[in-house]
Amino acid sequence: MAARNAPADLLRYAGVTLMAGLVLLPLAVMGSTSLKTQADTFGSGFSFFVSPTLDNYRTVLEGRFLGYLGNSIVVGVGSTAITLILGTMCAYALSRFRFAGRTSIAMGSLLLRTVPPAVLAVPVYFIWNGWGIGDGLGGLILVYVALNLPFTIWLLYGFIEQVPGELEEAAAVDGCGPFRLLFTIIVPLLKPGLAAAAIFTFRIAWNELVLASVLTDRTTRTMPYAIYLFITDVGVEWGKLMAAGILLALPPLIFTLVAARQIVTGLTAGAVKG
Amino acid sequence: MQLSSLRLRRRLLPWMFALPAVATMAFGLLYPVAESFRLSFYELKLGEAVSPEAFRGLALFAEVLADSAARQSMLVTLHFAFVVVALEMVLGVGIALALEKPIRGMSAFRSIFVLPMMIAPICVGLIWRYMFDTNAGPINAWLEPFGVKPAWLADPGLAFLAICVTDIWQFTPFVFIMALAGLQGLDRSTLEAAHLDGVSGWQMIRHIKLPLIAPILAITILMRLIDALRGLEVVYAMTNGGPGLSTELFSLHIYKSAFVTQRMGHSAALSVCLLIATMVLSAALLAFANPIRRGR
Repeated sequence: MAARNAPADLLRYAGVTLMAGLVLLPLAVMGSTSLKTQADTFGSGFSFFVSPTLDNYRTVLEGRFLGYLGNSIVVGVGSTAITLILGTMCAYALSRFRFAGRTSIAMGSLLLRTVPPAVLAVPVYFIWNGWGIGDGLGGLILVYVALNLPFTIWLLYGFIEQVPGELEEAAAVDGCGPFRLLFTIIVPLLKPGLAAAAIFTFRIAWNELVLASVLTDRTTRTMPYAIYLFITDVGVEWGKLMAAGILLALPPLIFTLVAARQIVTGLTAGAVKG
Repeated sequence: MQLSSLRLRRRLLPWMFALPAVATMAFGLLYPVAESFRLSFYELKLGEAVSPEAFRGLALFAEVLADSAARQSMLVTLHFAFVVVALEMVLGVGIALALEKPIRGMSAFRSIFVLPMMIAPICVGLIWRYMFDTNAGPINAWLEPFGVKPAWLADPGLAFLAICVTDIWQFTPFVFIMALAGLQGLDRSTLEAAHLDGVSGWQMIRHIKLPLIAPILAITILMRLIDALRGLEVVYAMTNGGPGLSTELFSLHIYKSAFVTQRMGHSAALSVCLLIATMVLSAALLAFANPIRRGR
C-alpha cells in the first residue's frame, strides 16, 4: 500500500465533511424549526437560532398524538417481533431441508419482495374489511409482516448458510428437538443478521403511510398518517409539524447511531458478499 | 408402522418451519396481488362488491392506455426515474471513487449518510416542503441576497426539480455506500498487478475498477429504479402530484384514483401495469443477485 499522503487525506476529510453537512442541513432545519414559535417561523428570512421553546412539543404531546405514538409503537414492535420469528423459521427450512415446494417458496417470495404498497392498498382495503380487520392494528401488523418477510427470509438465509451443520448434528445426537435446536443453537449465532432484519422491518412498520392511511381509523391511526393529516388540517403551522416530525424520526435516528454497521449489512445484502 | 410415521414426520418437518411464514405471505401478499388482477376486470366504485354486471373484461386496460392522465403520470415517472437514478449514480460512484481509501472516522460519517434513508419518507417530504416553501422556507431566504424568490412548489418545472433534489438528497448516500462496499471488496492483488503494469489514474478506474464493480452497480441501478416506481410518500407530502400532473408519480396516481376519484377497477388496472413493471425489474435483479444460487 502507498504511504499515507497527508494533503490527500485532508482533501478526503473536507469531502466527507461537506457531504455530511449537506445530509445534515435539512435535518438541522427541521430540528431548529421545531423549537420556534409560529411567529418566528414566519419572521423575515430564515435563521437557525431564535429564542428556542418546547411549546410545539408540548402542544403535540397534549393532543391525540400520544395515542398515535402508542399505536405506532405497538405496530412497529409487533410487526418486527412476528416477522423475525416467522422469517427465521422459514429461512431455516429453506437452508437446511430440500423439500417439495422449496423452490416455489423461494422464487415466489423473491418476486413478491418488491410489490409496491400502492398496489396493495386497494385489494387489502377490500379484503381486510371483508375479514373484519379493516381498521385495527392487527390488520396493519398482518400486512407489514407479509411485506417484510421476503427480505427478512433472504437476509437470514444468507446468515444461516454460514452456520456449519456439524453443530446441529452434534446437538441432535444429544437428543435436542428440531425447534429447540433452532432457537437455542442457531438463533444466537444470527445476531448480526437479526439486528439488520429487525431494523429494516421496524423502519417499514414505523414509517409506512399508504397502507396505514387505508387500514386505520380515528383511534388506531399511526404517526405517519397522523402527521400527514396535520399538514392538511393545520395548514402551515410549521413548528408543530416539525416537532411531530422529529418525534417520528427519533427512533430511526437512534437506531442509525447505534447500529450503522447492521444497516449497511442490510443495504448491501445480496449485492456484496458479507 | 413406526418407521413410516417417522418418515412422515421428517417430510412434514420443513413445512412446520416454513408454513407460518408461507401462509402469512400467501394471505397478506399473494392474495391481495391476485385480487388486484381480478378487480382490474371490473368497473367498481370504492366499496362496491364485485358483481357480474360490472365485468368489463380488458376494457379497463384499454382505457388506461388511452387515458391521458395515466399516460402523463407514466411519463413523469419515467422522466423522474431517469433523472434521479442517473444523477445519483454519477454522484454516488464519483464520491465513492474519491473517498475509496479507508480513512479514520469513516464509520461515523457512514452513520450520517444513512440517516435520510432511515427516517420516514413522509418526514422527508415534510422537511423539503418546508425547505422549498416560498415565504417561510430557508432556500428562498438564502436566495434573498440574489433578489430571486421562486415559488418552487407552485411551478410545474420547479416542482419537478424540487422532487428530484429531494430524491437525490435521500438516495445518493445509498449509491455511495453500495459503490464503496464494492470498491473496498475488490481483490487487492488485481489492483496491485495493474498498478505494476503502469495502469493508473483514470485508466485504472475506467478499465479495472468500474468493470469489476459493474454487477454491484447494476444491482444498485435496479434497486433504485424499483424504489422510484414504488415510492409516493415524499411526493404526496411535498406536492400531492401537482401543480397539475407535473409531479404525479405513477404510484401516487394509483393511490389517488382509488381513494380520491374512487374508481377501484381503474386503479387495479393501473396497479397491474405497475406490478408487471416492478416484477420485470425484480426478475432482472435476481439474474444478478440470486440468494439461492449463492451456495455455501
